[in-house]
Amino acid sequence: MSPPLLEVRDLVKHYHARGFFRPAAPPVRAVDGVSFAVQKGETLGLVGESGCGKTSVGRTVIRLQEPTSGSALLDGVNLFTLGPEALRAMRRRIQMIFQDPYGSLNPRMRVGDAISEGMEIHGLGTAPERKARVTALLEEVGLDPAYARRFPHEFSGGQRQRIGIARALAVEPEIIICDEPVSALDVSVQAQVLNLLADLQRKRGLAFLFIAHDLAVVRQVAHAVAVMYLGRIVETGPVDEVLSNPRHPYTIALRSAVPEPRPEQQPGRIVLAGDPPSPANPPSGCPFHTRCFHRLRDARCRTERPELRQVGGVRVACHYAEMKP
Amino acid sequence: MTLLAVQDLRVAFPGPGSTVTHPVDGVSFTLERGKTLALVGESGCGKSLTSLALLRLVPEPGRIAGGSIRLDGEELTSLTERDMRAIRGGRIGMVFQDPMTSLNPVLRAGDQIAEAVRAHKAVSRAAARDRALALLTEVGIPDPARRLDEYPHQLSGGMRQRVMIAIALAAEPAILIADEPTTALDVTVQAQILELLERLQAERQMAILLISHDLGVVAGRADHVSVMYAGQVIESAPTEQLFAAPAHPYTQGLFASVPSMTGPRGRLTPIRGNVPSPGAWPTGCRFAPRCPERFERCDAMPPLFPVSPEHASRCWLSELP
Repeated sequence: MSPPLLEVRDLVKHYHARGFFRPAAPPVRAVDGVSFAVQKGETLGLVGESGCGKTSVGRTVIRLQEPTSGSALLDGVNLFTLGPEALRAMRRRIQMIFQDPYGSLNPRMRVGDAISEGMEIHGLGTAPERKARVTALLEEVGLDPAYARRFPHEFSGGQRQRIGIARALAVEPEIIICDEPVSALDVSVQAQVLNLLADLQRKRGLAFLFIAHDLAVVRQVAHAVAVMYLGRIVETGPVDEVLSNPRHPYTIALRSAVPEPRPEQQPGRIVLAGDPPSPANPPSGCPFHTRCFHRLRDARCRTERPELRQVGGVRVACHYAEMKP
Repeated sequence: MTLLAVQDLRVAFPGPGSTVTHPVDGVSFTLERGKTLALVGESGCGKSLTSLALLRLVPEPGRIAGGSIRLDGEELTSLTERDMRAIRGGRIGMVFQDPMTSLNPVLRAGDQIAEAVRAHKAVSRAAARDRALALLTEVGIPDPARRLDEYPHQLSGGMRQRVMIAIALAAEPAILIADEPTTALDVTVQAQILELLERLQAERQMAILLISHDLGVVAGRADHVSVMYAGQVIESAPTEQLFAAPAHPYTQGLFASVPSMTGPRGRLTPIRGNVPSPGAWPTGCRFAPRCPERFERCDAMPPLFPVSPEHASRCWLSELP
């Protein structure tokens, strides 16, 4: 197999709550040693609930936030050690789209200008070439090229997300980090945007790091999936393996909690007790042991943190992944 | 037994110039004791506004422009504001999507529940506080005695929603309106809250009006589903019938759009176009511009046609020959 396009190794992101009057608090371990790889032309789904650290992973990889430690290799080049100049050049190859395209589009900038901004920054093409490219991009994402003269507030949520996608595509990246790109959209529009992303991947050989809380959406778009809990990956592997035969008790519970619109297909619901613990004060041992329902759960789970290890076709961080819970 | 009967409800808002739009346009349904009715639809379909209209809480400058809302035979549209206040939070409890904005950030959770108790029952402060503790215990908050004295920001999203439910239960309502009660929550917490609502309904024989955009949340929980589109109910059926054989092309399109955890992966079949805003609705069938089955008759507004005794569809294709 060829080397991955993006390889993240042992990524750590801690936030320090500092205050003048406050004694130094323990850091919030938002991301606590995460490793994964995204293959060229493929999609890795990064799933988990709020506070699991999935958004921090996306933002540190593209260095919107500085990582605490670790590395992120894009085609072998470590993004975390690049200086400002080199980083800017690298951002041509790695782009990001966000949940709320309205928040990420300048309200006073015409859509056409917003799309060509990236090309200008990277010195791509002449002004007329950029203009022609904006037209082509708008068509490619299914919008009327005449929209280039309009402002973001004139568009619906689905149209704005298409604009955000056109903007990311403008510099011809190889990988796009998508942070909850469809969770603010109505289902009928969500399906349109998911199909658009799939078409773009097929046509351009794009890779996606697709960050989402919705397992059913991830199942639809991803080739591989990594499930996060409290800043760590607890299970990862090919999407069919992980989601049809989950092995980590957390993945099993998450899978069973997805409301199924075909009621006869709903698996036995496992309702976890309590809320996820705080990443400022994670439990000892296995981070999931305070909510775990595995029948073999024991003292080892409370003291010894399980590392990811190969079990069948997937990697699981559970001492008892071989045994049915 | 029918507890709530809504007939031909219309809500009017002033549009541009001197025009009037009706974001809720002739909605009818009934709610039975101990049962769950789900109103399902995408944003802007009028489902939330319908629930606000039931409580006569339509935001200004909107108003109820017609129709009737009967609670146990009593007409709510003509009640005085004072009588209506006794019904809100009294015989009809409410839970909204975002507990953080519905809870008062500067009042302790216990005080907010006690306030709801005293608003509808003449009891002492101490008795109201005891009742608040009992309610917090009933909604399954761990360590309820301690949570009583905590402020909303100290609680997790799931616990805040449990506090909201405790407030809604304070006056022992016959009906609970739950407007997207789990939309802001994570799936594992959503599962907890839905299970709680199910248990409370069974224990108290409460009727629930569940408003949701999520067909998955509705499946297996509601007894009956009414699907709304552009201010109207376009299909209504017992839940199993609706999921087994949706009759309206919009309902069918919704099912084809939803990614599922089972079945084939690959391309979804979205509904083309966007949800139209009120004022931009076509004169005939409102779904016609997006409908793959459109034909000449769709230029006229279809009525709700019976598909089976309890199943109706607002589509000319459902008209029996």
